[in-house]
Amino acid sequence: MTATATSARSELSELGRSETALRTFLHGLPGVDQVGAEQRAAQLGTRSIKTTAKAQAIDLAIRMVDLTTLEGADTPGKVRALAAKALRPDPADPSCPHVGAVCVYPAMVPHVAEVLRGSGVHLASVATAFPSGQAPLEVKLADTRAAVAAGADEIDMVINRGAFLAGRYSEVYDEIVAVKEACGSADGGRQGRPAAHLKVILETGELATYDNVRRASWLAMLAGGDFIKTSTGKVPVAATLPVTLVMLEAVRDFRAATGRQVGVKPAGGIKTTKDAIKYLVMVNETVGADWLDPDWFRFGASSLLNDLLMQRTKLTTGTYSGPDYFTLD
Amino acid sequence: MSERVAVRKTYKLFIGGKFPRSESGRSYLVQDANVSLASRKDARDAVVAARAAVKGWAGATAYNRGQILYRVAEMLEGRREQFVALGVPGDEVDAAVDRWVWYAGWSDKLPQVYGGANPVAGPYFNLSAPEPTGVVAVVAPESPALLGLVSVIAPAIVTGNTVVVATSPTQPLAAVTLAEVLATSDLPGGVVNLLTGRISETVPALAAHMDVNAIDLTGVADAELAIELEVKAAQNLKRVLRPAPADHDWSADPGITRMTTLLETKTVWHPKGV
Repeated sequence: MTATATSARSELSELGRSETALRTFLHGLPGVDQVGAEQRAAQLGTRSIKTTAKAQAIDLAIRMVDLTTLEGADTPGKVRALAAKALRPDPADPSCPHVGAVCVYPAMVPHVAEVLRGSGVHLASVATAFPSGQAPLEVKLADTRAAVAAGADEIDMVINRGAFLAGRYSEVYDEIVAVKEACGSADGGRQGRPAAHLKVILETGELATYDNVRRASWLAMLAGGDFIKTSTGKVPVAATLPVTLVMLEAVRDFRAATGRQVGVKPAGGIKTTKDAIKYLVMVNETVGADWLDPDWFRFGASSLLNDLLMQRTKLTTGTYSGPDYFTLD
Repeated sequence: MSERVAVRKTYKLFIGGKFPRSESGRSYLVQDANVSLASRKDARDAVVAARAAVKGWAGATAYNRGQILYRVAEMLEGRREQFVALGVPGDEVDAAVDRWVWYAGWSDKLPQVYGGANPVAGPYFNLSAPEPTGVVAVVAPESPALLGLVSVIAPAIVTGNTVVVATSPTQPLAAVTLAEVLATSDLPGGVVNLLTGRISETVPALAAHMDVNAIDLTGVADAELAIELEVKAAQNLKRVLRPAPADHDWSADPGITRMTTLLETKTVWHPKGV
């Protein structure tokens, strides 16, 4: 049984109106079977993907990478180099697809925008006082508007975990709604472009339980998030397979209930091709091929790309490649 | 009372300081034992482990590396009987222990012999220092099983390289037992990785591997395979040690060529103060 079977579409859109209704709904979601979820994720991780299927999976995974750098030490030169890599991940092989997006801090957006303009690679910016989210709402909204105005067409916001864990769900909800509005803000910066896509970072490593992950997923989707993302990559526990499974189930049930499709982005800790392929298998088995597309599933990663490229080179040339032949980032 | 059943040992690979089975799950019967039959993927994993170990091992002081090699000699001495029980002659075990000690002594002396100040016609100090080349793939000689193996591993690692060794296919037990010695000798995991199985299966992958810096073909008996491997190795300009002649005397003084072939030379120009 899914939670959604009990809720009609119209009721869902009303939920944000009152704290009580939101709490009743979120706490009414069925609990996650922890052992079951972990076992299912582990089982899906044992699939063997070889030869042509592997080649296809690697190319798909490259197209899904949000090539990320979120360091205090980021410089305009460094992010420009990263953007150039996003366009041409493997300079030696023109058949290698470009990545999904580049993800940087708002201050770095203008430098990346120059490089990516017209390329089809999206430009994501974290916002809302990333990574802690502990700032007044006005600051978060200004952060978002600035990123959008500078040319970001995807915004990765963090939810207010403090409020979520304290049970103040409508506060979290209202914040997401406000940031969503800021993404499409007509302050002149957008100049007729469509509103920026909003990715909502749940920071599952801080949510403690799978039940909370499920509630946060629903909360983010109800509030209008276009993507739900696992982590900032700044806390010790980042994306895991079971957490992503719970989130995939949530987007599947949400589409069944409302007809709206929401994307999923695991981020942090995905370093190898093998890991990436496990995620792709899980996507296919949980929500189906509709999500096997860079518009609906992304990897937040940086070192993953080099491993994908090395594996790709192995498949095309037959010899194992080494990190000496790819850029450091 | 029922009779006690002896515990039989499963001979496994040695990768990254651990003893995994072959990723392929295969084994082969040799010397009355089941020994893991390494696959190309095991070779790849071994290179990853060896690469990860380079920084710490090359960064350790030469003195420290010498101490650890000496420790290997101590541990090998303590397991003398075990090797004799595997059919390794006692003399050969003694010679292998002595070889570890001999190479251990070279750790902080080789840079003095092989590097130093160069005379230049200008107001500069000009210094050359040998540095390890990185990850070395090694094909151990078919025989002698223990002395031959030690004679190819020790010179490669004493200077700070890490190795992936394809062991003798017909006498792998001494190699796997040596792995137990290495694992208990303070040698960091990944410095020595041992692959048992067919040379024709693992070594071509190592020879072509772009993240391997040198290859020692000592144990390749098949001349055609040796040529094929050298061609593959040329792709990323690996340093190559050619196959040893069939009548090579392993008990003779080894000289320093094995060590020096697996080194790079760094030369520094430094202006003299006025």
